[in-house]
Amino acid sequence: MTPATNNKNAFVSGLRSLTRKQLFIPIAALFALIIFNLIADPSFFVIKLGYNSANQPVLSGYLITILDYGSELAILAIGMTLVTSASGGQDISVGAAIAIAGSVILRVLCGTDSRPDHMKAPIIVAFLVACVVAMIFGAFNGALVAFFKIQPMVATLILFTAGRSIAAWINNNELPIIAEPEFSYFGTFIPGIPIPTPVFIAAACMVVIFLVLKFTNLGLYSQAVGINPHSSRLNGINPAIVKLITYMILGLCVAVVGLIKVSRISTINYSVVAKDIEMDAILAVALGGNSLGGGKFNMAASIMGAYIIQFLTTTLYKFNVDSTALPAYKAVVVIILVVLSAPVVRERINKAKKASAKKSVKEAA
Amino acid sequence: MENRLAPKRSIRNISDTNLLMFINIVVFVLMYLMAILCLGSGFLKPQNFFNILNENASLIILSCGMSLVMITGGIDISVGQVTALVCMSCAVLLDKHGGNVITSMCLAVAIGLAFGLVQGTLVAYLEIQPFIVSLAGLFFAKGLTTIVNANPFNVEHKAFVQMRSTRIEVPFMGSYNKKGMYIPAYIEIGVVVAIVVVILLFCLLRWTRLGRNFYAVGGNAQSARLLGINVKRTKFIAHLLCSVLAGIGGYVYFMHVGSGSPSHADGAEMNAIASSIIGGTLLTGGVGNIVGTFFGVLSLSTIKNIVSSLGLDEAWWTNITVAFMLCLFLLIQSIVLRRKAAGAKK
Amino acid sequence: MENSEVLQLRGICKYFPGVNALQNVDFTLRSGEIHALMGENGAGKSTLIKCLTGVYVKDGGTILIRTNPSDAPEAEFDAAHIRSPQDAQNAGISTVYQEIALCPNLSVAENMFIGRSGAITNWADMNKKAGEILSSLEIPATPRQQLGSCSIAVQQMVAIARAVDMKCRVLILDEPTSSLDEQEVEKLFKLMRDLKAKGVGIIFVTHFLDQVYEVCDRITVLRDGCLVGEYVIEDLPRVQLVSKMLGKDLDDVADIKGDSDVQAVDTSKTPVLEAHGLVSNAGIKPFDFNIYGGEVNGFTGLLGSGRSECVRAIFGADKVLGGTVKIKGKQVKIRKPIDAMKNGIGYLPEDRKHDGIVADLSVRDNIILALQVMKGFFRPFSRAKAEQMAQEYINLLDVKTASSDTPIGQLSGGNQQKVILARWLLTNPDFLILDEPTRGIDIGTKIEIQKLALKLAAEGKSVTFISSEIDEMLRTCSRLIVMRDRKVVGELKDDDLTRNKVMATIAGGEET
Repeated sequence: MTPATNNKNAFVSGLRSLTRKQLFIPIAALFALIIFNLIADPSFFVIKLGYNSANQPVLSGYLITILDYGSELAILAIGMTLVTSASGGQDISVGAAIAIAGSVILRVLCGTDSRPDHMKAPIIVAFLVACVVAMIFGAFNGALVAFFKIQPMVATLILFTAGRSIAAWINNNELPIIAEPEFSYFGTFIPGIPIPTPVFIAAACMVVIFLVLKFTNLGLYSQAVGINPHSSRLNGINPAIVKLITYMILGLCVAVVGLIKVSRISTINYSVVAKDIEMDAILAVALGGNSLGGGKFNMAASIMGAYIIQFLTTTLYKFNVDSTALPAYKAVVVIILVVLSAPVVRERINKAKKASAKKSVKEAA
Repeated sequence: MENRLAPKRSIRNISDTNLLMFINIVVFVLMYLMAILCLGSGFLKPQNFFNILNENASLIILSCGMSLVMITGGIDISVGQVTALVCMSCAVLLDKHGGNVITSMCLAVAIGLAFGLVQGTLVAYLEIQPFIVSLAGLFFAKGLTTIVNANPFNVEHKAFVQMRSTRIEVPFMGSYNKKGMYIPAYIEIGVVVAIVVVILLFCLLRWTRLGRNFYAVGGNAQSARLLGINVKRTKFIAHLLCSVLAGIGGYVYFMHVGSGSPSHADGAEMNAIASSIIGGTLLTGGVGNIVGTFFGVLSLSTIKNIVSSLGLDEAWWTNITVAFMLCLFLLIQSIVLRRKAAGAKK
Repeated sequence: MENSEVLQLRGICKYFPGVNALQNVDFTLRSGEIHALMGENGAGKSTLIKCLTGVYVKDGGTILIRTNPSDAPEAEFDAAHIRSPQDAQNAGISTVYQEIALCPNLSVAENMFIGRSGAITNWADMNKKAGEILSSLEIPATPRQQLGSCSIAVQQMVAIARAVDMKCRVLILDEPTSSLDEQEVEKLFKLMRDLKAKGVGIIFVTHFLDQVYEVCDRITVLRDGCLVGEYVIEDLPRVQLVSKMLGKDLDDVADIKGDSDVQAVDTSKTPVLEAHGLVSNAGIKPFDFNIYGGEVNGFTGLLGSGRSECVRAIFGADKVLGGTVKIKGKQVKIRKPIDAMKNGIGYLPEDRKHDGIVADLSVRDNIILALQVMKGFFRPFSRAKAEQMAQEYINLLDVKTASSDTPIGQLSGGNQQKVILARWLLTNPDFLILDEPTRGIDIGTKIEIQKLALKLAAEGKSVTFISSEIDEMLRTCSRLIVMRDRKVVGELKDDDLTRNKVMATIAGGEET
């Protein structure tokens, strides 16, 4: 073999090992989107520094929108990744749960007065109450899955239906509005800081989950339970408890996103808030190269997947795709991803690869 | 020898399917009686019952299709949005593209067929989880509805309007209004379609090989294969039928509302699943029946009637009650069946 | 071809990735004969059956089935191309599987006819026919009854009734007696003899030696995917049968027990573990067990005799229904694996793939897993510490892996086993249970593992060693508990630890 073919072989095998890495899928998708937008309209990437109505400096532009709204998805993707990993299914009630969490926050802050002059309690208290409530609902879902052995998607269908109605009931069907500007800082901008606050909140959540994964065995346990619950049990792990915990963590994520959502508009719209966000969260996990059937996961890849989904959404918006038509395009992406990762399809691809490898060996000989 | 092997009398001898249906019918009758008691004799009029049928003809068809899929152990949550898509597409066809009633019916079935072919293949032959396939189908149909036409509008096609306002009189069941005039009881065309569907599916499930194969595959797919059944084909046909029925049910819905709108049939899949479960179809498969599903739809509707007659806010009370009933029936199912199994296994 | 032959398998081959499951296996079945198919795990008998019944598609060889009635002058054999269970059914092969292959949600009658009935179901007709079959076979069930409401034994009998009604030429019974009690087994045997008289050829796959000798005419023995031989039952005494199934070991290594530093076991001290009347939901009769510090003992017997179930009960892996356990004299409650682990017990499971490895996790994670769980949720090992521990054992046991990051699923079976072993050694248990630790492993590694067991004993630990290879057990154990048909039938030590004595105890019946 000549040095040229040696180099070529090394390049090809290097490329192959790169494609096998989990991060390859989200990175490739990111590249595809960037290149698409560069070709279609480079002004997509422009960031402007302007001033908002309160005369504070704010950054704006499509990229900022992606970071801003993508952060909500990233926070959800953290919880959804853990739930998928341990239970091999997805939680489709997160949108409804966000409505509940947001409603709880407003209820604590406004009491029974839907147009209060001042908030009735510190924001931190409202947030903590929302966390507790969201974790209880998470535990409800988790119990159905872990102890009653109901499929995750079906178990969470219950909260999916009832959630928004429960949210409306918490505030007696009224739409409280918070007048104080401090409340809006969480979802919009902190005065003097031009980067939207949700980005910082997401960053904080990423730090927290990174620390949790580093200083506890959560990652190891949920992966083990997702890959082989029998073996996990024989090693002393309690699979049911592990699953329950992952659903409760997702509940925490839901509470955080609830705060952001409500803070954006300082009020809530029960049927619209976080509508279809579960689809995006599931897509984020899948786009990160994680198996939707459970097992090993890569948290960074999921988070990246969340921002990429937002990139896709924002790109589609830019091209004036109606927000109600958006789901159709995303559905196509889901199907392609799921089909490509289906074991049956993978087997056929592997067989085809082996057959062509044999063929090329024969031809070389 | 102890009679370990002797068949035991009592509850254990009723099949799961029949037991759950029995529970459901009892619940329905109780609810109807309660409605009559609480809401007075207005509820007693036969037209009230026929109105329930008129309102829910499409849900009956959708739920029957859902039961088919659930019996084989799968699920299809795209049926509601497929209904919306059918409404919008047929509306556009009739009013904006000069179609006639017959072609619009064909379009409805074709849409259902298309969804069924794709979803059926993905679930049965590529072995992808039915929930995620139909979730994607749901969102695809939803988006497509808006792409077809973003705004809701009423259909003005003459022949269609005439057809949808046709009332089929039911003899002997009319009532007298305050002026003493006899007003005959009536049902809509959609109800006839729904009843035909129920009868056909009942026969399919009870007497044909395909129908029995549905039960076998849902009961234990591995065993079914070893017993000589083609499991993949059976699952494929189940999903296909469900989507085709969604197309037919979509057209019946279209006839009932007479318009196209992206928000039609919102949550219909949830109602269809709830009706099936309340009617005694098990989520895990192998158990279920059409009569039970029919009564499940009626139960759901009776609740809505009670809710609105009590003057409560319909939309969200209904959601809560449906979810509550669903949860309740899921738990009843698991308790009753666990007890039954524990008694037999020993 | 003899007139009485009804089924001929010649040169059957079946490959799975990395494993030669069947190599050139022949099998002949005559009409009116009950033919036992025997072999240990990995011998290939379930693979052979599955090729015959269409669950697998064979890779080589031919299947010939006689389609003409047996009293025709010319025997006509057709090559059967069996690619699915439906094909097997059409070819006249009826099967009763070990796990009841029926649908519990359907009625008894329907289970008997589904998959082979017409397009329209005539319920009255079907129920009537079913009723006739049920009463002729004296099965205590009604046609309309839901199958799931019948006991397992009755379900098994319905499965047999279905198979029998299919007017097959060949009936395969794959471990049909595992859920039946003695009286039910007798019923089954009567049925089999009736069928035999009608000319049906029956293949009877079982682990129960007594049953084989009670009802069979011939025996075919498989070992390691190859045919050992076909024998007429009168010509093969029990001990020889057992010997053919287990085979002679390939190695004749020196007495490693003599080489090791194992002291004689001091039975005056309190046993490390003592169990009385232990019974689990896995179907073994209540048993007693004890083991002393520095001792290596073992459970032996054929596959299916209940060895794994006993140790699983000790470890809390199955649901324990009764009995007491004492650790070093103190009574403890072991209800789940973590209880056992905290009491210093380790367990290497028999089924590596299902219960042992966590396939997608790395070698390192698999090694530290048990110790990690014992240490607690909030105290993960640092990456460096985990790496160091993993490397220590990778070197100690000579695990062949590209790196400690490699997913364990990619390693060979032997190396996977070493990783699981490392996992439990790392927890430094007082009592280690090794269930078939050397199955599917090369000979060099086998010896290493055996020596390791002895080394642990020399350090004062206790080891229970389970293996189907008697020589292996004799080399390592100082005491053997013999099991047959789900109960303990004997305990051998000192002078009784000879090959012949062990095989005789396993075989039971008359010694030769």
